[in-house]
Amino acid sequence: MSEILVLVDHADGQIRKPALELLTLARRLGTPAAVVLGAGDSAPAIAAKAAEYGAATVHTADADEFTTQLVVPKVDALTQIAKALNPAAILITSSGEGKEIAARTALRLGSGIITDAVDLEPGDNGPVATQSVFAASYQVKSTVTHGAPVITVKPNAVAPEPAPAAGTVESVTVALTGNAATVTARTPRVSSGRPELTEAAIVVSGGRGVGAADGFTVVEDLADALGAAVGASRAAVDAGWYPHTNQVGQTGKQVSPQLYIAAGISGAIQHRAGMQTSKTIVAVNKDPEAPIFDLVDYGVVGDLFTVLPQLTGEVKARKG
Amino acid sequence: MRIVVCVKYVPDATGDRRFADDTTTDREGVDGLLSELDEYGVEQALRIAEANEGAEVTVLTVGPDDAKDALRKALSMGADKAVHVNDDDVHGSDVIATSAILAAALTRTGFDLVVCGMASTDGTMGVLPALLAERLDIPQATLLSEVAVTGTTVTGRRDGDAASEQVRAALPAVISVTDQSGEARYPSFKGIMAAKKKPVTSLDLDDLDIDADTVGLTGAWTKVEQITARPARTKGTIVTDEGDGGKQLATFLADQKFI
Ligand SMILES: Cc1cc2nc3c(=O)[nH]c(=O)nc-3n(C[C@H](O)[C@H](O)[C@H](O)COP(=O)(O)OP(=O)(O)OC[C@H]3O[C@@H](n4cnc5c(N)ncnc54)[C@H](O)[C@@H]3O)c2cc1C
Ligand SMILES: Cc1cc2nc3c(=O)[nH]c(=O)nc-3n(C[C@H](O)[C@H](O)[C@H](O)COP(=O)(O)OP(=O)(O)OC[C@H]3O[C@@H](n4cnc5c(N)ncnc54)[C@H](O)[C@@H]3O)c2cc1C
Repeated sequence: MSEILVLVDHADGQIRKPALELLTLARRLGTPAAVVLGAGDSAPAIAAKAAEYGAATVHTADADEFTTQLVVPKVDALTQIAKALNPAAILITSSGEGKEIAARTALRLGSGIITDAVDLEPGDNGPVATQSVFAASYQVKSTVTHGAPVITVKPNAVAPEPAPAAGTVESVTVALTGNAATVTARTPRVSSGRPELTEAAIVVSGGRGVGAADGFTVVEDLADALGAAVGASRAAVDAGWYPHTNQVGQTGKQVSPQLYIAAGISGAIQHRAGMQTSKTIVAVNKDPEAPIFDLVDYGVVGDLFTVLPQLTGEVKARKG
Repeated sequence: MRIVVCVKYVPDATGDRRFADDTTTDREGVDGLLSELDEYGVEQALRIAEANEGAEVTVLTVGPDDAKDALRKALSMGADKAVHVNDDDVHGSDVIATSAILAAALTRTGFDLVVCGMASTDGTMGVLPALLAERLDIPQATLLSEVAVTGTTVTGRRDGDAASEQVRAALPAVISVTDQSGEARYPSFKGIMAAKKKPVTSLDLDDLDIDADTVGLTGAWTKVEQITARPARTKGTIVTDEGDGGKQLATFLADQKFI
C-alpha cells in the first residue's frame, strides 16, 4: 500500500493528540509514515507512540534551527523526506504553523493543498477532504488534482484508535535552505492544568455577560466540575478578562467538542465559526432573543450567575 | 521604504454567503467588503510608515471589479496608492495560483516589506503570506501580534499554540498581523475625500506575464467535488429560569450522559 506521510505535532516531549488523530485517518488512505522533527531525546518515546497508532516507519530529524528559525527548516525537512518517499498524501495538523509548513511544502512539491479538513476518506481520485466553511454553514468535499495531496486536518476530526505497527525509526540529516526569520526568544505557554481547548470533550465558554475577570470564576468552577476546558468570546478577551489563547471563534480556536456550553455569549457569526460543529450546544443567556439560542440543543434564559453555580452544585452532587 | 499591503475583497460574513453554480464563491450577488482582518494589515503598515521617514504604502488586491471598494477603503484609511489585478481568467483560482499572481504583481510593483492579514474571512486558509515568502525567496515573519520596523529589520511577537516567540527578519520580508496587533483606524472624512484622488493602477494577467491556463478553475490544483448546505440545527429546548434553571440543565446533561 502507498505511504501517507504524517507530520507529528509534539510539545514538551509528548506527542499531541491531533497527531494520533492524523495517524488514525492516514490508515484509511494507506500506510502511515510518521515524521518527527526536533524532538531531541524525546524522539524514541514519540516514535514509539506513533508506532502504537499505526506508523510503519518514523523519520526523525534534529537541528537547532527547528526552534531557532521560523517554519522554513521544517519545510526543508518535510520536503526532503517527501521527495525520498514519494508518498500518496501528506497530512499535517491545522494550526497556524502547521498550515504554513503545509503550504510551502506543497508549493515545493508541486502539490495542491487543502486546509482545515474535518474528515478524510479514500476516493477514486485520491483522498477526499471535507471542509466546514462559511462559519460551518456549508460542507465542501474536495480533492487535490496535482501532485501528492497536502492536507491539513483540524483537531477532533476523528477519535484516535491504536493499531500497533513496526515504527522502524530512520534518522534523517536535513539540508537547510535558509532565508528564514530568526526566533530570538521563546516563552513556553504555561498550562492551566485544564484540558487543551481544541482537544477537550467539553468546553465551557464565557462572554461579555460574565462582566469582569473575576466573574470567570463561575465559568471555571463549572468547567472543573465537568472536567472541561475554558473558552472565551472575543469580547471577553478584548476586555482583558481572559487570555487570548482561550478565545473561541474565527480568529481564536476552532473547537468541536461533544458538549459546548456558552454563558453570556450572544452568538455572533465570528463566534459561531469556532464552535458551530460542536455535537451538543447549550447556552445560558438572559436575553431570550440572543442568536445563540438558534443553535442550541438546550438553552436556559436566565442570569448566568445563578444558573451556572446551581448547575455546578448539581454536577458535583451527581458525581458524588 | 516601499510597503505593500495585500488586501482581499470578501463577501460580508454577516450577510448571506453562498457558492455559485461553478462551485466558486459567489462574489457577484452578495455584499462585499475589505476583509476585516486585512484592516489590521493596513493599520500596521500605516503605523510603520508613520514611524519610518519616507515610507510609502501601496495596497494590492487580486479580485473582481467590485474589489476596488476594498482598495478605496484602504486608501481612505491613509494608504498612498493602489494596484488592482483584475482579469476574468483569475476567477476560481486556488491558493497556489493566487499566490503566483500576487507574487508577480509584487515583483512588478517593487517592495521592501509585504504586509498581509492573518487569514481571509472567506477562504480562511491563513497560508498566503507563507506562499508569498516561498515564491519571493524572502523571510516570513507571520502571525504577529506586535510588530515594529527599525532600519532594515522587522521584529515582532508570534503567539503560537505552544509558545510565544519573538522573531526578527531582515528586509525585504513578508509579515502577517493578527487581530491582536491593534485596532484599525476609521477613515476620516478628509481621508475619504483624499482617497478619490489617489492613483489606482489596474493590471491584467498579460501585464504580469502569467499564462491564463495556469490560473482560474482550469489551472487549479484542487477541485471542489461537492457542496452541501449544512442542515439547520433542529430547534432545541429552551427554558426560562424560575429558580431551578441550573437543575433542569443538569437533568438534560445527565440524560445526555455528560454527567
Ligand atoms: C474579523 C472579526 C473576527 C472576530 N473573531 C471573533 C472570534 O474569534 N471569537 C469571538 O467570540 N468573536 C469574534 N469576533 C467578534 C464578534 O463579532 C462579537 O463581537 C463577539 O463574539 C461578541 O462577544 P459576546 O457574545 O461575548 O458579547 P455580546 O455580543 O456583547 O454578548 C453578550 C451576551 O451576554 C448576555 N448577558 C449579559 N449579562 C448576562 C448575565 N448576567 N447572564 C446571562 N447572560 C448575560 C447578553 O444578553 C448578550 O447576549 C470577531 C469579529 C470580527 C469583525
Ligand atoms: C471556503 C473556501 C475554502 C477554500 N479552500 C481552499 C483550499 O483548501 N485550497 C485552495 O488552494 N484554495 C482554497 N480556496 C480558495 C482560496 O481561498 C483562494 O484562492 C484565495 O485567493 C487565497 O486563500 P485565502 O483567501 O484563504 O487566503 P489566506 O491565506 O487566508 O489570506 C491571508 C492573507 O493573504 C492576503 N490575500 C489573500 N487573498 C488575497 C487576494 N485575492 N488579494 C490580495 N491579498 C490577498 C490577505 O492579506 C489575507 O489576509 C478556498 C476558498 C473558499 C472561499
